[in-house]
Amino acid sequence: MHIKTISMKYYDKLIFELSRPGRKGYELPADNFGTDGMADIPADLKRTEPLDLPEVSELDVVRHYTNLSNKNFGVDTGFYPLGSCTMKYNPKINEEVAIMPEFSAVHPLQPAESAQGALELYYNLQQALSNIAGLAEFTLNPYAGAHGELTGLMVMKHYHRSRGDEKRTKVIVPNSAHGTNPASAMVAGFQVVEVKSKPNGSIDVEDLKPLLDDTVAGIMMTNPNTLGMFETEIVEIAKLVHDAGGLLYYDGANLNPLLGKVRPGDMGFDIMHINLHKTFSTPHGGGGPGSGPVGVAEHLVEFLPNPRVRKNEEGKFYVDFGKDSLGSVSTFLGNFGVMMKAYAYILTLGKENLKNVGPLATLNANYIKESLKDDYLLPIEGVCKHEMVFDGLKDKSTGVTTLNVAKRLLDYGFHAPTIYFPLLFHESMMIEPTETESLETLDEFIDVMHKVAKEAHETPDEVKNAPLTTLVRKLDETGAAKNPILTYKALKNA
Amino acid sequence: MPHTEEDIRKMLDKIGVEKIDDLYSDVPAEVIFKEEYDIPSAMSEIELRRHFGELGKKNRQLKIFAGGGAYDHYSPATVGHLLARSEFYTAYTPYQPEISQGTLQYIFEYQSMICELTGMEATNASMYDGATATAEAMFMMVAAAKKKNRVLISSTVADAVVRVVETYARFHGVELTVVAEKDGVSDLEAIKKELEKGDVAGVIVPQPNKYGIIEDLTGLADAIHAAKGLLTINADPSTLAVLRTPKGWGADIACGDGQTLGMPLSFGGPYLGYIACDKAQIRKMPGRVVGATKDADGKRAYVLTLQAREQHIRREKATSNICSNQSLMALYATIYLSLMGKEGLKEVNKLCCDGAHYLYNKLIGTGKFTPAFGEKPFLKEFTLKTDLDMEKVNKHLLDNGFMGPLVTGEGLVTFAVTEKRTKEEIDQLITLMLEA
Repeated sequence: MHIKTISMKYYDKLIFELSRPGRKGYELPADNFGTDGMADIPADLKRTEPLDLPEVSELDVVRHYTNLSNKNFGVDTGFYPLGSCTMKYNPKINEEVAIMPEFSAVHPLQPAESAQGALELYYNLQQALSNIAGLAEFTLNPYAGAHGELTGLMVMKHYHRSRGDEKRTKVIVPNSAHGTNPASAMVAGFQVVEVKSKPNGSIDVEDLKPLLDDTVAGIMMTNPNTLGMFETEIVEIAKLVHDAGGLLYYDGANLNPLLGKVRPGDMGFDIMHINLHKTFSTPHGGGGPGSGPVGVAEHLVEFLPNPRVRKNEEGKFYVDFGKDSLGSVSTFLGNFGVMMKAYAYILTLGKENLKNVGPLATLNANYIKESLKDDYLLPIEGVCKHEMVFDGLKDKSTGVTTLNVAKRLLDYGFHAPTIYFPLLFHESMMIEPTETESLETLDEFIDVMHKVAKEAHETPDEVKNAPLTTLVRKLDETGAAKNPILTYKALKNA
Repeated sequence: MPHTEEDIRKMLDKIGVEKIDDLYSDVPAEVIFKEEYDIPSAMSEIELRRHFGELGKKNRQLKIFAGGGAYDHYSPATVGHLLARSEFYTAYTPYQPEISQGTLQYIFEYQSMICELTGMEATNASMYDGATATAEAMFMMVAAAKKKNRVLISSTVADAVVRVVETYARFHGVELTVVAEKDGVSDLEAIKKELEKGDVAGVIVPQPNKYGIIEDLTGLADAIHAAKGLLTINADPSTLAVLRTPKGWGADIACGDGQTLGMPLSFGGPYLGYIACDKAQIRKMPGRVVGATKDADGKRAYVLTLQAREQHIRREKATSNICSNQSLMALYATIYLSLMGKEGLKEVNKLCCDGAHYLYNKLIGTGKFTPAFGEKPFLKEFTLKTDLDMEKVNKHLLDNGFMGPLVTGEGLVTFAVTEKRTKEEIDQLITLMLEA
């Protein structure tokens, strides 16, 4: 066991600081058109202020961004047990096929007959996701999980409106839900009603019942919930909501442990989104681009957003604008480059292996849970699914917090878990290992977690001051928020 | 999945269950999936490459003379190579700033460049696309206006953008009025008339517009501000190297699609949306923002900031549900703009502009095309009127490896020319069009 140190020279220049007048990093063809188009544009429509972009060579750019990449921790760097984010390994072949010029050079408005390959891939992915989810059809237009939620809620609203049922203005959201759920409901123009969780984190059915009247459009749920526990009363909940005329929305953020075991459609969900960047292994990209396809049950298909990709009787693929659609949520067809990676992932695993994803992710999570519960406070007993939540260290006498533990993990070369979420506990620490991590990696992580628990007793100040060995240490976040410096220009003048 | 039989045995023993299925004993039996997925069998890398190769052959790589929100600009090789560094692409949102300075710093540089292009003081870490960024700009204007709930959008904004803004408005309960264009540009007089009603929170206009025309927005910002509203300009960021900035027009918010910053067409995405504003609106701006700060040792560092605005804090009080960005595409734009720099981006615009004018002059010269809205200034995209059977013409072009202009109205066609198009290709395009 050792603390990782970085031996490379510390680099903190901004690209602007490398700039030298007259230096350039590009080559363009000679202008042989014999026209002066710019002269035809009136002066008062033109830019008057200088354009302060960097003037740097290609090598400057390459070294600069290579140096920046060395200041980053990714899944390829090490274990990334960030709960609820499903930081699984991103296979390299997916990256290669996604940039094939046969696809990347296709214009989104190209005639369908010249884009049959792209459309076929798009259609096949729609079909595969529908089957995996147990739903009728998918749109791949939404760009991210939160965008999928918004789109799904629009489907819900559009459905009720199409039936002339205008009074359904409320969406029920559990108080343990991801923060995006209530926010998405607000943006879609709903009122949010909270339903309480029981001490074990599951929805309290008795608390739910009185909320279900004819003003409820539906409920948003994730299953397993944000504590990693399966909602065992889901069948009853689905019946109650449907009987009250509402729809069930499935937040697919926690879909991974269900692969091969349970399909959201079979649990009674009417609408869901899938985070391709979680369950289907497309890289998170430092925050995006992701992709948040939305699937619906049969009775909601016509409401999906435009444009849609369909197949005609002759087996040709085409882009369609449905007249009963809720409208559009994207300029074109969504993040196609991301879809290619998810499609490659599904084909690589195939029906033989995709079904093992959920069980092995669940196995890994339960192994960590059982291995850590002597040192960390496990508020809920029983099998978890893809992730588990500890309420900080078991021994609270040392004053070492979840934040301290998280920062200390960075010193040991691990990414931190998700912390202080869900809000049900004061010291939440949410760990999701995913199925792609080996027993050796899990054991290494478990050993370090035990070591940190021991340090909390023996050298608490060291843990409280962590991280000690990262490139930069604890940051002044308050100062950053009080006096926001958001650009190089502002930094220069600060 | 790295698990050996022995690993699995060892782990199950630790957990104290017999088999993996026991970990699902809490799931009601009636919802357990007992069938096989209806997807193909597992493919090796060799088979996968072959499959993608076969699909790829069903696409055609064309010489593109259409835009409509996606432009065939050149992507320098360097960008792709740097983007392939997995320390960037396998990271998540920079929640742990101590080990995410790479991501945080490039976002800071991205923000600096977007502000430089637009002239605005602040921007976020990027948005999904130009259309959703415009919808968020609409929400910002309504939030800033407090009691007013009506937004005007010019019909010269790209149709795909209007569609998305219209959808967001309808669901969120914003009253959106599409103001019909006049002679191919925003009807400033009609907008001013609407402003007189006193209920307008803001106005959205494009630059350049969907016909490629560079609009003269003189006096618009003053009129809107006098009516206590805000102005949003949806602008192509690449063109801002040479065109008057949104700030220069007096805009309160600038937004648009970053695809023009060298991003591959990629059948519609991923691209990025940008949204920028002045300090006055900063706390209404959605999304992630990176700020400069220092660490405990006084070292320069960057961090996500102004998070009190965000959905994970505000939950049901949130005005936006954005909790991510198109981070890797922001890196794309940053590297592209670093390479092109101060002069390169202007040269790109000049090449596009000269190529487009060459094509324009030639087309007019054929006698088959006339200016659609009189002589109006344009950069890389322009619209002409024609009696030609464009369906037939575009089919003939396609058969010969060209993507022809977009049909944007009754007898109207809109061409786009980027720096990738040569004089020879333009000459060939015209020959093909005339012989169709």
